[in-house]
Amino acid sequence: MATTPAARRGRGGAEADPAPLPDPKAAREWLATMQLIRRFEERAGELYAKAKIGGFLHLAIGEEATIVGAARALRDSDYLISTYRSHGHAIARGTPPQAVMAELFGKEGGCSRGRGGSMHMFDLERRFMGGYGIVGGNLPIAAGFGLSADLLRTDDATLCMFGDGASNQGTFGETMNLAALWRLPVVFMVTNNQFGMGTALARHSAVTDLQVKGEGFGVPGVECDGMDVADTYRVCCEALKRAREERQPVLVEAITYRFRGHSMADPEEYRTREQVAEWRKRDPIALWAARLADEGVLDEDAVRRLDEEAVAQVDEAVAFADSSPFPAPESLYDDVYVLGGQLQGWYSVDERGPEPHRGEAERDMDADQIPAREIYDRHASGPHEGTEERPADEAQDAGERTHDGERGG
Amino acid sequence: MAVVRYREALNQALREELTRDERVFLMGEDIGVFNGAYKVTAGLLEEFGEARVRDTPISENTIVGMGVGAAMTGTRPVVELMTINFSLLAMDQIVNHAAHIRYMFGGQVAVPMVVRMPQGAGHQLGPTHSHSFEALYLHVPGLLVAVPSTPADAKGLLKSAIRDDNPVIFIEHEYLYGQRGDVPDDEDHLVPFGKAAVRREGDDVTIVGISRMALTATRAADVLDEQHHVSAEVIDPRTLRPLDLDTILASVRKTNRCVIVEEGWPHGGVGANLAALVQEQAFDWLDAPVGRVTGADVPMPYSKPLEQIAFPHEPQVVDAALATLRDV
Repeated sequence: MATTPAARRGRGGAEADPAPLPDPKAAREWLATMQLIRRFEERAGELYAKAKIGGFLHLAIGEEATIVGAARALRDSDYLISTYRSHGHAIARGTPPQAVMAELFGKEGGCSRGRGGSMHMFDLERRFMGGYGIVGGNLPIAAGFGLSADLLRTDDATLCMFGDGASNQGTFGETMNLAALWRLPVVFMVTNNQFGMGTALARHSAVTDLQVKGEGFGVPGVECDGMDVADTYRVCCEALKRAREERQPVLVEAITYRFRGHSMADPEEYRTREQVAEWRKRDPIALWAARLADEGVLDEDAVRRLDEEAVAQVDEAVAFADSSPFPAPESLYDDVYVLGGQLQGWYSVDERGPEPHRGEAERDMDADQIPAREIYDRHASGPHEGTEERPADEAQDAGERTHDGERGG
Repeated sequence: MAVVRYREALNQALREELTRDERVFLMGEDIGVFNGAYKVTAGLLEEFGEARVRDTPISENTIVGMGVGAAMTGTRPVVELMTINFSLLAMDQIVNHAAHIRYMFGGQVAVPMVVRMPQGAGHQLGPTHSHSFEALYLHVPGLLVAVPSTPADAKGLLKSAIRDDNPVIFIEHEYLYGQRGDVPDDEDHLVPFGKAAVRREGDDVTIVGISRMALTATRAADVLDEQHHVSAEVIDPRTLRPLDLDTILASVRKTNRCVIVEEGWPHGGVGANLAALVQEQAFDWLDAPVGRVTGADVPMPYSKPLEQIAFPHEPQVVDAALATLRDV
């Protein structure tokens, strides 16, 4: 069990066999993207405390190398699918941080038009095929992408990321079996951040060496150092090559750690400060910056400038999210169905009153005819940053109220 | 026009759509080599090959989920689940994923998938293979729900379902598989969703029958006519999402009475929902409370006589219709 960063297994350890450096441009871009994700997540945490962001907020601070190393191993035409901790995955895939932040704000300019929120980012154009709120729910869907690639005879591969907690779901075994049986071009990456929500790996999985959990289903496993972007990249490239060329699905276990709580509503009573401090010594961004300095690719000033650029990008993202409008009230019924052809609308009577409405007719309503318009207006006009701070203990209270309903890996 | 069985009509629909659109493929448990638990897919593996007619392991949630993923990325899966009770294993993929993906991702993708499954009592399959769950799926925005009761509708609705860009829960009936009826030969015989069929015209009471209960309602209407001189109008909604409430309301405004017949459970059932809609939209036309005839509020028993009294037959429907007349 990898409860400390030193307890590594498998391929012999990246320390003994450092992954090769990419070209300097890529090396710099990997660092910049990891910094951008870090700064984005830090700001999101601050804005959550200020009640600019609702719901649950799961930050990936500490997991940046896992995300960027994996995403960079993909071709543009490949599919990436992840979990409810997916802001970084969208950003790494190229989704503008503005659209990710606007989604967190519940705005029309969000990458899911404000319908999904933190757990449900999506960007079809960049083949980021979604964050999913149900633990293990994305695995069968990833296999479905592989099945399409097979049926349509493309050489697109799919990378499916999920947490250690998801490896206990029924869909894990079912999907491993089907992917291997049908030889689907899918790489499964279990992001082992050591905890399924607040339950430590050894307390939730009888087999803690997660890379072997696919072997009985015909999916070979391999491990990467999820704190080392180059090692993650190398291992994912090899796995994707096998998936694409040999139609052999592979399970990659990325050993990593989240430095922050499971969500913002996490008092972190299940781990010690010392353990977190130990893992922080292998901060993926600091590790990569140090290696690039050692190898003469970037000096400290350059690293600092990249970080300043990341902060500026996040500033822009927040400004965009602030200025983006909330989805219009008459858009409430948009995109429940694909309309057209035999389906022009649908008959429903709901909380908006006893008069039946038919989906598309909502668009023709005058704005002041919208039922519950006052409620919409009240919520669309606030809260404003700085005027309505979320009390520090409120997030924790929310967590205690909802722990039963929130699971994770 | 030819007389064929319901299962053959479904088979024709699948064959025609597989031929028409190469993005269409089938997957499910024992649909290939075994030809399907109810032989709906008979011969299709031989005709279309293993890539497009795929036998799956017994992994309902995952095969539906793979259908979701495949549908999101350019193909048109038709997933068969062996019985509707097994669809409960796939509820996460059906509700949290298939139904919600388009909405929660801001309309960027669609899920053009059909999930077929049979339901219904009468074959002594006991409490895990005999239920009627259309109400569960009717509950969920984002899904379309079809409940065909005739071979022609089975074929025409399935073809429409496969061509639709929304996820469709297509509910067949085990009793109906062997029933015969006229089916158009036309390869473009489509029955659109959201258009109810008036099975029999009448003036005194409207009887709405769901799935097999459309047949039961029609037979009950014959009894009402012959033995009680009551003229019943029988409506088969054919799809529950979208629902052709207009046709039902027009009938109720004519007859001033309404009885809803379903095989499923009473609480939160299709009849409960329809009764609410009818009284909200046609209260002033009603001369009696809306009547319901439903399956018994129990898990389905195995023993034949018990099972037979646990779902509606003509006499209960006749009684319910007469009760709406007595209330005047």
